[in-house]
Amino acid sequence: MLKLRRFLKNYKKELILGPFFKLLEAIFELIVPIVMSKMIDNGITQNDKPYIWKMSIIMVILGVCGLGFALTCQYFAAKCAYGFGTELREALYKHINSLSHSEIDKFGTSSLITRMTNDTMLVQNGVNMFIRLAVRAPFLIIGATVMSMLIDVKLSLIVIGSSLMMVGAIALVRKKTLPMFKNIQKGLDKLSLLTREALDGVRVIRAFSKQKQETDKQLDENRRLAKACVSAGRVSAILSPLTFMIMNLGAAAIMWFGGIRADAGDITQGEMTAFVNYMNQLLLVLIVLSNLIVIFSRASSSAARINEVFETLPSIDNGSTVKADTDKPAVQFENVSFKYPGASEDSLSSISFTLEKGETLGIIGSTGSGKSTLVNLIPRFYDVTKGCINIFGINIKEYDMTALRSMIGYVPQKAVLFSGTIRDNMKWARPDATDNEIISALKTAQAWEFVKKMPNGINSHVSQGGKNLSGGQRQRITIARALVGAPPIVIFDDSMSALDFLSDSELRKAIKNDLSESTVIMISQRASTLKNADNIIVLDDGVSAGQGTHEELLESCEEYREIYSSQTN
Amino acid sequence: MFKVILRILKYSKPYKLSLIGAVIFSFIGVLLSLFVPVLIGKGVDVMIGKGKVDLAKLFQICLILALTVVTSSSFQWFSSLATNRLSYNTIRDIRKDYFLKLGIVPLKFIDKNTRGELISRAVNDIETVSDGLLQGFTQLFSGLVTIIGTLVFMMTVNVRIALIVMILTPLSLFTAAIITKLSHDSFVKQSEMRGRMSSFTEEMIGNQKVVKAFCYEDRAMEEFSKINKALKKSGIRSVFFSSMTNPTTRFVNGIIYAAVGTAGAFSAVGAAGFLGVMTKGQLSSFLLYSNQYTKPFNEISGVVTELQNAAACAERVFSVIDSEPEPSDENKPVLKAADGTVSIKDLSFSYQPDKPLIHDFSLDVKRSGQKIAIVGPTGCGKTTIINLLLRFYDADSGTISISDTDIKTVTRDSLRSCFGMVLQDTWLFAGTIAENIAYGKENATIEEITDAAKAAHAHSFIKRLPNGYDTIIDEEGGGLSQGQKQLISIARIMLTDPPMLILDEATSNIDIRTEQRIQRAFEKLMNGRTSFVIAHRLSTIKNADMILVMRDGNIIEQGDHYDLIAQNGFYKKLYMSQFE
Repeated sequence: MLKLRRFLKNYKKELILGPFFKLLEAIFELIVPIVMSKMIDNGITQNDKPYIWKMSIIMVILGVCGLGFALTCQYFAAKCAYGFGTELREALYKHINSLSHSEIDKFGTSSLITRMTNDTMLVQNGVNMFIRLAVRAPFLIIGATVMSMLIDVKLSLIVIGSSLMMVGAIALVRKKTLPMFKNIQKGLDKLSLLTREALDGVRVIRAFSKQKQETDKQLDENRRLAKACVSAGRVSAILSPLTFMIMNLGAAAIMWFGGIRADAGDITQGEMTAFVNYMNQLLLVLIVLSNLIVIFSRASSSAARINEVFETLPSIDNGSTVKADTDKPAVQFENVSFKYPGASEDSLSSISFTLEKGETLGIIGSTGSGKSTLVNLIPRFYDVTKGCINIFGINIKEYDMTALRSMIGYVPQKAVLFSGTIRDNMKWARPDATDNEIISALKTAQAWEFVKKMPNGINSHVSQGGKNLSGGQRQRITIARALVGAPPIVIFDDSMSALDFLSDSELRKAIKNDLSESTVIMISQRASTLKNADNIIVLDDGVSAGQGTHEELLESCEEYREIYSSQTN
Repeated sequence: MFKVILRILKYSKPYKLSLIGAVIFSFIGVLLSLFVPVLIGKGVDVMIGKGKVDLAKLFQICLILALTVVTSSSFQWFSSLATNRLSYNTIRDIRKDYFLKLGIVPLKFIDKNTRGELISRAVNDIETVSDGLLQGFTQLFSGLVTIIGTLVFMMTVNVRIALIVMILTPLSLFTAAIITKLSHDSFVKQSEMRGRMSSFTEEMIGNQKVVKAFCYEDRAMEEFSKINKALKKSGIRSVFFSSMTNPTTRFVNGIIYAAVGTAGAFSAVGAAGFLGVMTKGQLSSFLLYSNQYTKPFNEISGVVTELQNAAACAERVFSVIDSEPEPSDENKPVLKAADGTVSIKDLSFSYQPDKPLIHDFSLDVKRSGQKIAIVGPTGCGKTTIINLLLRFYDADSGTISISDTDIKTVTRDSLRSCFGMVLQDTWLFAGTIAENIAYGKENATIEEITDAAKAAHAHSFIKRLPNGYDTIIDEEGGGLSQGQKQLISIARIMLTDPPMLILDEATSNIDIRTEQRIQRAFEKLMNGRTSFVIAHRLSTIKNADMILVMRDGNIIEQGDHYDLIAQNGFYKKLYMSQFE
């Protein structure tokens, strides 16, 4: 957690003043029992009415000041914690944005999301609690102990003894229940897994008339979970009565030994009252402290997960070239090999081809043959391990990243849209795109037909992930998004799978007409989609099994023939 | 809310002993704990001064105190144990009813609700009910006993000072109400901002690769900063307001403490006649009472919100438990061995009454072994046919007959067992591969399983897995590819050997060799069986005995390949697009 302290830099004032005010409040809190004991011993015993008034006014003043100090502290704590959290999130998001695909793969996006949201919240909460309680709790513990020692050293041994017992009891119960609660969490996870399974497979389950078995599985797990809960409850149920017992048996002991001391004239009635009070205070703080330890240990494991992200540095550095010479060949692979970090074998080996401006390249092959890997190298999502890639005659490593990527229109395999309007989504590649450019891209992508019919046209709302559109519609818009402003290079990563044959062929025709200047790279599982490409690469396990036009490949490439004949009969 | 709580109490009826126990034990435990301050006060009173302490009496008091404490905490412990038993068993029973109902609701219900929501009801909502409602109930009870008991005890010690405490009590409630009101708005605002923050991160980081492809990082950062700043503003407010509760209650407590102390002191010196007379020990116990008196008020106000929350969750759970089950199959005959003939007459169906889908559709499969291909663009409602054939949904009008028997007149189980179904998004459950293959035939021998896998061309890849047929398939599918999963579900059907088939061909993302295997397995499977195939492959379509062309949920053309080409309609357009 200490590693994250740099985000507290702007909140030093709050970080120091917050605990300071809390300390003042705690001091006042400790004084109150003394004042009360003075009131009893001096006021009542000596029948001194003005003294009683004085003491009660002091108590009220102490209360008001305590409230003021506490509120000041809480305000500083809130400001500091949220300020810290805000800066932490900002820096973390910025850092995530700088990571390349290999680092994102290392963490996985869902884990990055949890770190970004949950973990930062837990750390922020830890800071908040730190300011509010980390000073107060130890201070009250020490203070109450010292105060009771000041009143009577021998009696204070009872206080210390019962505090130690309390700490022991809490630690013991926590230690015993921790694995039990983990067990319960596991049971809950299992139960939701079973429910998900039964819902996902409902058609198969019913087709096999297996409803009863599935329900039985759930009920078994349900019974097991209930048992686990009862046994964990049995242990944790003892905590509260046990602390109550320790606290009050301690009080009984203080009474008895206190009585003996009072008989000897070493302690007064007022002091006795204060004593019992301090003990109560002390034991209550111990309970708070045990909760605090839980919060801190969660915050520190979250902090470690966040640090892991900060410590991962982007593996791709930026070049400086911003302008390309468009007369040179558009895309050129020279003996390119690629190995994923940590993998034992190359995912691509010795791929070479040259693609002139305006040409179309098709890539075909089975899953895992390296098709997507190949196109991912062009926008430098990953860097090649061997060989080099040139775009318009310049090695891609020399380009400025933004300049390189804005030359490329990329259509991912998964059709992802973002919440906002269709227009917002269409402006992703070019923030300054005009409506005419947007509409013409939608037309090329065969999407204008249905967008036009939507109630608000291109201003229609798209919900998160594009859930309010059908798969085919989504895919057509993601295609259009990449085509806005007719980029010089367009990459389709198997992006037509959700289209039927008819839309597929119409789309290809439109691309040929409307984007005649652009160089197109197209991955597909359908041979018919790639048939008219100027060049087709057949990939097999990362190696080129054949390259050429459709006719050439039918002639020379066994794999291609196999694919083609199996699909067209 | 009251009705829901009653219903939950009804669920706890079998455990009414625990309920009664929890209430009685808690009552005794709390009551005894209230004696503690009185005893401490008595003890203080004994310590009059040097040499004047009645040690025998003090010993007696201390002994009683110790006994009271031990008994009280034991009873509190018993009460917790009883509450535990009561709540976890009740929750188990509610969950049981939930799962039982989920097994018999019509598919319409499951399709209508999202998976996430139904799972969250089964897990989170019921959990909230257990935390809030049942634990809350006992807390509420012991809180009330504490408040009333404390008041009664204070009254017995000194009525007038007790009245001071009672008058000051609303102060505590009042400030709590003000804080709640103040913090409510900022809480709503904060949770809204947090929701925006997490959906933004989910959207952007979840699709970080797309963000990078479009160089959208800077624009995303800008938007993120905006949300982050707004979150900071609302967060500080809500955290501050909510953190006011503790110091403010402490303050109110302090005021009551001071008031009791002052009033007590005056009455102890006998200077305030109207307050009566009081000993120092009584004052001491009064002070202890006033310390513990306000605590249950805060707890109760917390319990009330939790109760509301729990009742809302319970309501959502009960709405599933109360949903209409599928009409019963009882007393219906079993469909005897199907001969592979299917006749559909004037069938009409729609998911929503105002959007008619299938209208007056008829089809006659007169002999076994025919292939019916269903073709059309994605999302055109091809699964509707499956839904109707297997009676996942019932047609609005018209009949479907198998072997001349109307499928509505036989049991669903016997109807479904006539069909073998392989869907594109294959469903495998967590378990071994052998268990998954044997899903339709429980006591299949290992030979039968391997034979089926061999017939489905799945044996060779299963054999190569580290644990062969005993490889466990986990949540993610255990590293099997989509195509391999489909081969396993074909093996599943091979084992049950049904007279009719429903097959869903893969569209994409299956590697070509596996796809060829699937194709060969499909062909073997279809041999001699009536099959309905949702087809994407030209070869399947061309060889079909009957093609149903669907568009926007409707069947628009019907016939074999040559008929449809001759019709010169949508099918022809679809077909010809292949060759352009």
